[in-house]
Amino acid sequence: MERTAPSIPLTAHKAAPRIAWGKIGAMAVLIVTAVVALFPMYWLFANAFTPILGTPPLTPILVPAFKLDNFQRLLGGTKYYANWMLNSLIVAFAVTAWHVVFDTMAGYAFAKRRFPGRNVLFWILLSTLMIPIHVTLIPLYIITRRIGLIDTLGGVILPGTAVVFGIFLMRQYIQTLPSELEEAARVDGASEFRIFWEIILPLCKPAVAALAIFTFVRFWNDFLWPLIALNKAQNYTLTVGVANLQGEFMTDWGVIFSGAALAALPMIAFFLAFQKYFLEGVRMGAIKG
Amino acid sequence: MRRFIQKHGWSYAFILPSLITFTVFVLVPVVWAFIISFQEYSLVRGGAWVTPIYKNYVTAFTQFGGVFVSAIRNTLIYTLFTVTANIVIGLILASLIQPLSNWLRTFFRAAYYLPAVTSALIIGLTWAYIFNAQWGFANYLLRLVGLPPVRWLSDPDIALGSVTLSAVLTVPATAVVLFSAAMGSIPREYYEAAELDGAGPFRRWWHITVPLIKSTTLYLVVIYTIASFEVFERIYVMVPSGVGNSTQTIVTQIYNNGFKDLNFGVASAQAFVLFVMIALVAALQFRALRSDVEY
Repeated sequence: MERTAPSIPLTAHKAAPRIAWGKIGAMAVLIVTAVVALFPMYWLFANAFTPILGTPPLTPILVPAFKLDNFQRLLGGTKYYANWMLNSLIVAFAVTAWHVVFDTMAGYAFAKRRFPGRNVLFWILLSTLMIPIHVTLIPLYIITRRIGLIDTLGGVILPGTAVVFGIFLMRQYIQTLPSELEEAARVDGASEFRIFWEIILPLCKPAVAALAIFTFVRFWNDFLWPLIALNKAQNYTLTVGVANLQGEFMTDWGVIFSGAALAALPMIAFFLAFQKYFLEGVRMGAIKG
Repeated sequence: MRRFIQKHGWSYAFILPSLITFTVFVLVPVVWAFIISFQEYSLVRGGAWVTPIYKNYVTAFTQFGGVFVSAIRNTLIYTLFTVTANIVIGLILASLIQPLSNWLRTFFRAAYYLPAVTSALIIGLTWAYIFNAQWGFANYLLRLVGLPPVRWLSDPDIALGSVTLSAVLTVPATAVVLFSAAMGSIPREYYEAAELDGAGPFRRWWHITVPLIKSTTLYLVVIYTIASFEVFERIYVMVPSGVGNSTQTIVTQIYNNGFKDLNFGVASAQAFVLFVMIALVAALQFRALRSDVEY
């Protein structure tokens, strides 16, 4: 879904025979910025793939040795790293599945159906959109504790299902869909649930893809709430576990680097595979970053 | 009644799951956070109103020699620099990639976006390594040019600056993508007309591009400001123990009061100060959007 390139001429676009210094300068700025942007992650990976036993060398490692020693110590020496990864996977997957199904349902109801209270309910949802979790952390903790979910993955997943952003995204998208198919199916006597499941949901694929990707990344990367909701080391999600590696392996930097790198790797691979959907999703307003 | 259910039952069924979790985990907590900010709350005994009723708010600002005031100031400093840099850098990069070929544009957008898919926590960790006083990359660069090493994250005069610098140097991926999309939708004729009138590239950019992407700029200022108000992960991993008061932010204060000292009332009062700050910024956006230019 690339737009055709309109030339926004910051640099002269009909290059005269003389050398286009503007173009060269612009390219240089872009490349330098890209290097600065990618350097921290690159350096983390260079360190992770180079055997380091204690303190990293004073002359920084800039070219990795492509050895897996650190990772072997990480997976062999930490008790729970694999648990953390699994926990993060469960949390991100569960929250994503919820939002794909129920945000689409709610978005459909708000976009296409008329029912008493629709506008009031929608207004209430909308007005809380800007409220960050930081404001509600304390009651959230008390409620999660009362329903017995502190230190369980459920206690991380359930508050995650309450993020209303996807409802707006899906409502916006479904509003643009034509109503004829839906009405034809209704005339044919299809049940309302079948109309949703077999007609609406398939039509929503592009928006659902963006929503799913962003929800997954967001909850894989989530930190503050899991930090508060989870206590025992085996229950941690990956981010919480990695943040604690430094306390546990004070002197073995190889393990710390590889732990951080391995936590970042799945999302980077995910991004490279679904790049188009990511950038499209940002345009739909699906993420901050 | 039966007819009502027949007619509207499905509509409510469709929104019910979302409404339930929204009510339990968003709506009730928002209201409750406000209530607790006037209470002394214990997990065992529940809440009891404090006297005078605004006591938690006084405590919030006066405890530990007014650390919360420093935290607000630090948060605002961090926000000012980060948001300004994000907008300016995002605007420049988006403008520079606009005339490139499709392939190059996609390449640069991807390069800038890549760090944004990594968790703020990991990004913070990598910056903590870069700023490590002993073997970090930043001090290595200083050594190369013959300068003495800097205690980036442990010198109280510098630590907040180091954290802010790390945020400034993280390319604002969303800004690049959104600016780029906004610029792509400006009609070409505008530029052609300006060119006929003899406007040079910079003037065309300043007088056409910049004004016409105003609503995108405003939206980005709002989301980056709110995100900066909430800065936590970066601080938590870069300066874990805090360098005195110099690296406390609003959210680290809420976290410390709430989950280290179990002082729920004061933490909620501080959370509400954050809430008001965010509400003000959001209101500013809604007001400005009403007088928006359409083209």
